[in-house]
Amino acid sequence: MKYAMLIYPKPGIEAALTEEERTSVTAEYFALRDDPRCVDGAHLQPGEMATTVRDGGSERLITDGPFADSKEVLAGYYVLEAADLDAALEFAQRIPAVRFGGAVEIRPLVEIPVETAH
Amino acid sequence: MLASLVGFLGDIDLAEEAAQEAFAIAAERWPREGSPEHPVAWLVATGRNRAIDRIRRERTLQHKTQLLRADVEAATMDEFDLNDSSISDERLELMFTCCHPALAVEAQVALTLRTLGGLTTQEIARAFLVSEETMKRRLSRAKAKIRATAIPFAVPADHRLPDRLAAVLAVLYLIFNQGYPDRGDLAVEAIRLGRLLAELMADEPEVYGLLALMLLHDSRRQARVLDGQLIPLAEQDRTRHDRAEVKQGRAALERALALGATAKPYVLQAMIASLQAEEAIDWEEVALLYERLEHLTGSPVVTLNRAVAIAEAGRPERALELIDSLDLRDYRYLHSSRAELLRRLGRREEATTAFEHALRLAASDAERRLLARRLDEL
Repeated sequence: MKYAMLIYPKPGIEAALTEEERTSVTAEYFALRDDPRCVDGAHLQPGEMATTVRDGGSERLITDGPFADSKEVLAGYYVLEAADLDAALEFAQRIPAVRFGGAVEIRPLVEIPVETAH
Repeated sequence: MLASLVGFLGDIDLAEEAAQEAFAIAAERWPREGSPEHPVAWLVATGRNRAIDRIRRERTLQHKTQLLRADVEAATMDEFDLNDSSISDERLELMFTCCHPALAVEAQVALTLRTLGGLTTQEIARAFLVSEETMKRRLSRAKAKIRATAIPFAVPADHRLPDRLAAVLAVLYLIFNQGYPDRGDLAVEAIRLGRLLAELMADEPEVYGLLALMLLHDSRRQARVLDGQLIPLAEQDRTRHDRAEVKQGRAALERALALGATAKPYVLQAMIASLQAEEAIDWEEVALLYERLEHLTGSPVVTLNRAVAIAEAGRPERALELIDSLDLRDYRYLHSSRAELLRRLGRREEATTAFEHALRLAASDAERRLLARRLDEL
């Protein structure tokens, strides 16, 4: 089963780290991405760079900033192929954001039935 | 039987349906043809075979991954060539699945009672004071999450075991406390599950600790409430304590201690409960055990209990000091304990105020009656 690991770091944590810490944390993120079970992943630009599109009635409403009006913003994700939730949890617990006061949300991907996949 | 079917089918819903079908067939066939030599094995085999038939018919059941991986053709069991001991006991796996931390605690409790306790959805709903509809939704949501997120049906690996076992024990203790003192059936169910767990994990001291704790508390059930009024331990009629249960509780505690655990929360609480089952209670020792428990849990409720033990040991002033240092303003036992101490110290007015405060916070009629009597006595 594939699991998305949605990473929500503690707001402001990046600025709070020293240059050295940042380098080593980045290396940790790359190392996790190198796990053969990790089939996808990305680091997103900060929330200030986000643009959100909504239905504004007669036209599409385009606004500056992320969709959810909260301090915690999705900062990146991994997609992990794992046998079960315990294996996914183990991977998630190693994501540095957790250690630094953030959180990781684990969401299984909807699997596409084999018959309709071809 | 259900656990074995879940283990094979990898899905609780499917297993429940298969079990129901097997029982229906048995009800129809056994009276006519006589019951089989190994009824459990027969039921499991029949349930399996029915489930396989159904899956063959409905090939779209993509999420039954465990079954799809299995060789379905080879898996069909011969109903007449098996015995009950060949059926694998997978109740422990099921327990860990039901008590997985990815499920909400109330869902863990409900699922455990439903699949391992054998309570009906209606009975569980009644015990937890929610409508049957709500409980049905809670159960089906939990089962859907188990399926959708692939919560494993397995005993966790060693490094995860302590945390995961703690979750299982917490669920059993919740069930017990929900049943104590007035829902005896739930307490009995919790003890039964505790015994089962002790049988399946014979090397875990905390399992025996919890079992001992539940048995020792349960032994006082008949004496704890009299004519609808809560009776404090000191005033309980000890002839109403269940001696056999005390003995069983102490045996479980001894087993826990033999496994080398004296600094674990349930074991410590069981040690306290065991001391309290004595005719003459060594309150100094009880206070000491509460102190150790306090170090482990950091809970102010434990400190409150230690204060009560200190008072019983003959130092009410020290106890009062300790209680007044606690930040537990709306905890009803704080006020009733405090009131009791003030009464003993002869500080009547303060005692009255404290009893009245406790009375406002009381959660049951039995408790209210005790507090009202205390107020009268002042």
